[in-house]
Amino acid sequence: MADSIFRKLRDGGEEGELAPALTIEETVVSPFALDVSCYLLANLSSSILAGKSKSEGLVLVTFSRSPSFYLQFLKQKGIVVSSSSKWIRVLDCYTDPLGWIDQPSTGVTEGPSLVKLNKCVSDLKRLFSSVIDAGREMVGDGKTRFSVAIDSVNELLRHSSMPLVSGLLTDLRSHAQVSSLFWSLNTDLHQEKVTNALEYISTMKANLEPFCPSPDGKRNALENLFLAHQDFGKGRFHVRFKLRKGRVRVMSEEYHVDQTGINLSPISSAESVIAATKSLIPKVHFNLQLSEKERVEKEKVVLPFEHQDHGKSTEIYDGRRTLADGKTEATPLSSGELQADVVSSGKGGEIIYFRDSDDEHPDSDEDPDDDLDI
Amino acid sequence: MDRSVNLLDLALGFDEPSPLRGKVVLIEDCVETSGSFVLHQMMKRVLSPHSSDALIFLAFARPFSHYDRVLRKLGCNLSTQKTNNRLVFVDMLMMKCSDGDDNVSGVAKLFREIQGTVRKLGNVTNRNITVMVDDMSLLEIAATNSNSDHVLDFLHYCHTLTCESNCSLVTLNHEDIYSSMERPAYLLQMVCLADIVIKAEPLASGLANDVHGQLTVVNKGMISSKSGKGSSRNKLQNFQFRIKENGIEYFYPGCSRS
Repeated sequence: MADSIFRKLRDGGEEGELAPALTIEETVVSPFALDVSCYLLANLSSSILAGKSKSEGLVLVTFSRSPSFYLQFLKQKGIVVSSSSKWIRVLDCYTDPLGWIDQPSTGVTEGPSLVKLNKCVSDLKRLFSSVIDAGREMVGDGKTRFSVAIDSVNELLRHSSMPLVSGLLTDLRSHAQVSSLFWSLNTDLHQEKVTNALEYISTMKANLEPFCPSPDGKRNALENLFLAHQDFGKGRFHVRFKLRKGRVRVMSEEYHVDQTGINLSPISSAESVIAATKSLIPKVHFNLQLSEKERVEKEKVVLPFEHQDHGKSTEIYDGRRTLADGKTEATPLSSGELQADVVSSGKGGEIIYFRDSDDEHPDSDEDPDDDLDI
Repeated sequence: MDRSVNLLDLALGFDEPSPLRGKVVLIEDCVETSGSFVLHQMMKRVLSPHSSDALIFLAFARPFSHYDRVLRKLGCNLSTQKTNNRLVFVDMLMMKCSDGDDNVSGVAKLFREIQGTVRKLGNVTNRNITVMVDDMSLLEIAATNSNSDHVLDFLHYCHTLTCESNCSLVTLNHEDIYSSMERPAYLLQMVCLADIVIKAEPLASGLANDVHGQLTVVNKGMISSKSGKGSSRNKLQNFQFRIKENGIEYFYPGCSRS
């Protein structure tokens, strides 16, 4: 499924259409958007290098990690980037986003270098033109297209307002030379409407959900981090696609994060859920759950209130003779002769009971003693 | 096992040399349980005689004499480290006054100062530099009256140092200041930046004589560009502690020796 996101980004949109865009959403409890971005980055880079992609270049805008981090990562994946590489440009908004560091050059550095420093992050118009310029530098002015990756829009949102940021993203999507676009967002850091707005302008949404969702919403994002226990680093990866026809498709997978990055696997249905819940039960000295054998034996036990004679309907004695009784005991019980006969023959006793009236319901709520005059 | 390595050291990976290189550590505490002892212990670790690591300490909370006294009890002489150029103590108690109106440039100035010190200290080969802030909430108060954005910018710039010069950044923050806020962006942002979050809190089961609180260490260990290092990714550890006269005793719940 992660492959299908990657394929959508690789293939890009049709001409004259908005470029497909992906929002990767993380939370404080599942802070692994960086892993997902790195995964996509590595795949996109190798497909660009192999010439399988519609785009011929990649502009990476870094906000949360230094460019060297990404270059090192790509190198680890076997993709060597040198300063003469014609397929990648990095726009560095990480090292000095506000121009605090004294350096002779101001603004965007000039020249066809691999990494460009952007010193004024709050100026989104300039950021837009630097991204486009960086792309054009790689693929030229013609119809050749390039992909854009933004590693975190949280930093952007901190420096500018939400409408401006979504404006920038929409501008990038609608640019003729941009073939696809993805960015990541930590949803805990912003208002819900920001998340919703960014989801709205993207064609795909990838959501990292921890195994133990918070019981009381987002309020205690911090406490949840400390409650995650051994399931930290594991969870569900949901992707929502908006298809061209207007349909929406949601797919889910499981993720597991380790040293090498993020691993995705299909959800192993009920088993995994049971395994997950089992691991939640604290280790105690006695058994909280039954073994299989115990469970089977427990099911065999017939409880006393259950009707034990199979084939007969359940009867609850209400003090009245039922129709069936009436037939078998045709002789009226009131006949004194019979009673005397039975008693004299010494066959045993009998309880004779006549109901006072048939009107009274046997289980009526009335107090039977309320007419007593004490 | 090396007796000088306690549970907290193990959780932070101090059984290997300089485990915090390029990492961000956030210590979170509350009024009931102060987390400053974690900071003191880490100071001692950084300034241990076996390494050449250096420490830049931004003190917003206490004067130098306080740390000097505490660390002396732990067996570490700060004054000597200062003269050896392994400790740079920046007394920030008066920052609010000296800063005047232009607060933004005040924070920027502070960062430039730190950057300059890092470059100066970084001349020694194989030296890891740690920047410690005690504490972030006081920096927030000192730097801005209403807007925490400048402090976040400052934090971001400090984060660039971890990439650029392989510094470690250790910060202390008080969680309960933000407990009434719906979405404490400042605190959440710090948690997002951190690789390791240490939380000090009182015992969940109430007060106890021989247990002073519990520590939770979350090692998020972001995907690293250095392969194979830091096997403790995505680890969450929980243990309790007891503060003694000249040291801290750590133990797993229910394993207190006393």
